[in-house]
Amino acid sequence: MAEVSFAGVTKRFGDSVAVDGLTLDIGDGELLVLLGSSGCGKTTALRLVAGLEEVSEGTISIGGRVVNEIDPKDRDVAMVFQSYALYPHLSVARNIEFPLRQRGMAKEERTAKVKEAAVTLGLDALLDRKPSQLSGGQRQRVALARAIVRDPQVFLMDEPLSNLDAALRVQTRADIVALQSRLSTTTLYVTHDQVEAMTMGDRIAVMSQGVLQQVAAPEDLYARPANTFVAGFLGSPGMNLLPGRIGRGVDDGFTVEVSGGSVPLPPALRTAAAGLVVLGLRPESLRIDPLGPLRAGVTIVELLGAETHVICTTPDGSRLIVRQPPQAAKPAPGDQVGIAIDPDPAALHLFDAASTQRLGP
Amino acid sequence: MTVASVGVGGGATSRDTARRSRRLREMGLAYLLLAPALLAFGVFTFYPFLRNFKLMLYETPPVPGLPAHYVGLHQIVPTLTSTQFTQSLVTTLIFVVLVVPLSLVLGLLLAVAAHRRLKGIAIYRMIFSSTVVSSVAVASVVFGTLLNPVVGLLPWLGINPSPPALENSTWALPAVAVITIWQFLGLSFIIMSAGLQSVPDELLEAAQIDGAGAWTRFWRMTVPLLSPTIFFALVVSTIYAFQSFGAVDILIGYQNAANLHANVLIYEIVNTLQMENNPGAAAIMATVLFLITLGLTLLQMRFLERRVHYAN
Repeated sequence: MAEVSFAGVTKRFGDSVAVDGLTLDIGDGELLVLLGSSGCGKTTALRLVAGLEEVSEGTISIGGRVVNEIDPKDRDVAMVFQSYALYPHLSVARNIEFPLRQRGMAKEERTAKVKEAAVTLGLDALLDRKPSQLSGGQRQRVALARAIVRDPQVFLMDEPLSNLDAALRVQTRADIVALQSRLSTTTLYVTHDQVEAMTMGDRIAVMSQGVLQQVAAPEDLYARPANTFVAGFLGSPGMNLLPGRIGRGVDDGFTVEVSGGSVPLPPALRTAAAGLVVLGLRPESLRIDPLGPLRAGVTIVELLGAETHVICTTPDGSRLIVRQPPQAAKPAPGDQVGIAIDPDPAALHLFDAASTQRLGP
Repeated sequence: MTVASVGVGGGATSRDTARRSRRLREMGLAYLLLAPALLAFGVFTFYPFLRNFKLMLYETPPVPGLPAHYVGLHQIVPTLTSTQFTQSLVTTLIFVVLVVPLSLVLGLLLAVAAHRRLKGIAIYRMIFSSTVVSSVAVASVVFGTLLNPVVGLLPWLGINPSPPALENSTWALPAVAVITIWQFLGLSFIIMSAGLQSVPDELLEAAQIDGAGAWTRFWRMTVPLLSPTIFFALVVSTIYAFQSFGAVDILIGYQNAANLHANVLIYEIVNTLQMENNPGAAAIMATVLFLITLGLTLLQMRFLERRVHYAN
């Protein structure tokens, strides 16, 4: 059991910076998800912890020990690869046993440990098979078994579910969370899938272009995104972001003037903002309502069964997506509609237009 | 129902005819396109190959000008039991044992050394594989110069075997083996490098994280995963080694080859044919070489079938 710390970690490949000044602490026993689109540096960050890449600047510590110069085999971490990286010439039993053999563990102890890990992951009937004789889900479990059998200080998981079909992914997602919480081993989990991140992580660290954008518990990340990138990245569809300007409304109140209307600001946001801003509105905070403060033209209506996405365009061409409940009236493409905003003050998000950082609480 | 089935039956017959004529046209075109290759193979490979079996059955008198006469299978046993042939076969086996393992091991080590993402590694790869494109003649002349007792590299190093290496029954065959190893190295390197490309980096990384050092990764991951490639290289270079001829011919020559125990099989075959004017015996030896090559090829094909297990 150990905490993992990145302190000002930078990784360069030639002229390109894959990870830029990353400072992040992962608590003992925590499951932290590194989330970002492909090429954002999340996998590189994981490989830095494993020791498969060398840190260009900064330090990485595991359990208080700086590991920059320590060989991967001496870091006491286990990694599950996206491709599983099972040894194709070894049986399932030999695959799981491999890390124990390398540590020179006695044969009886090895056999017992392999058995235990195999039972935990439901692999005990498959021990004599070769990886090529297994299904995708079984291979994935062998990779997990090979990681847990060593009882390492840290698990590193690199998109371990991305090669599974959708149904199996949901099941395995829950299995990994249960396994991790039972073993309470510190885990770094890399994914580009926000649903995985939201459902699995104790905390989520969002990365973009090598830079850490925000670290927070899933609900905080969703409720109070730190900048426009996080706001737009999380949620399906992501938050609507409308460029606007702070103005004076009636009765000395403040408003945000955006293309298609003016939105009154709640008291908490009045002092925070001035000048050019970006107004953030989650699709689920919006309703088609002729009395609403915003006006837009409907371009596409997407029926998803449980909900309907009405994709609108404001007069300046910004896209505005409204999530309608299934029973609500469905406008047709080409209609001009009014859009109402949830009266809850938390439904409004304001960001500084220049810095893209969140304004107010 | 009846009407429908009659209709289908009638249609099928005319369709069958159409299909048959189309297939005939396609086959005609196929053979037309194959003809140039078939002609070349026929003249230079198939005909000599079959002719070889006929030659085995005829004996040519040692006196020039007399016609060959049919002896059936009678000259096979004397040829195969002649000291000339058995000694040549033993020499060839020693040569194969000298050449094949070393060229494979060196090729594998060079391939592993060059299999990393370093700046300028392509230059090394080019150098390591370059021996493939150098001709036997050039290589032999270069090595002949290096081994020259007066101006060569050996006397410069203070090594001066007497008689000189290429006229010395202890050193002649190993010297030719060294040249051949050098020549094979490029091919071995290329085959091993290609094999290494198919070993996923992630496997070696996983093994590294699982606690395997460089040596264990090489022995327990790289070598087993490369085993189909290594076996392929083994068979190909064994076949090539059995067929070596140029270096012996250029460096040692026919006067000395037998005395210096360097008369490898092909050399003996050429010698028997040209110097002794004995096509029948040469054909029998060539058939032995053919059977050895065939056996090795069949072994390789069987192994290739098993290799499927390694694929994911």
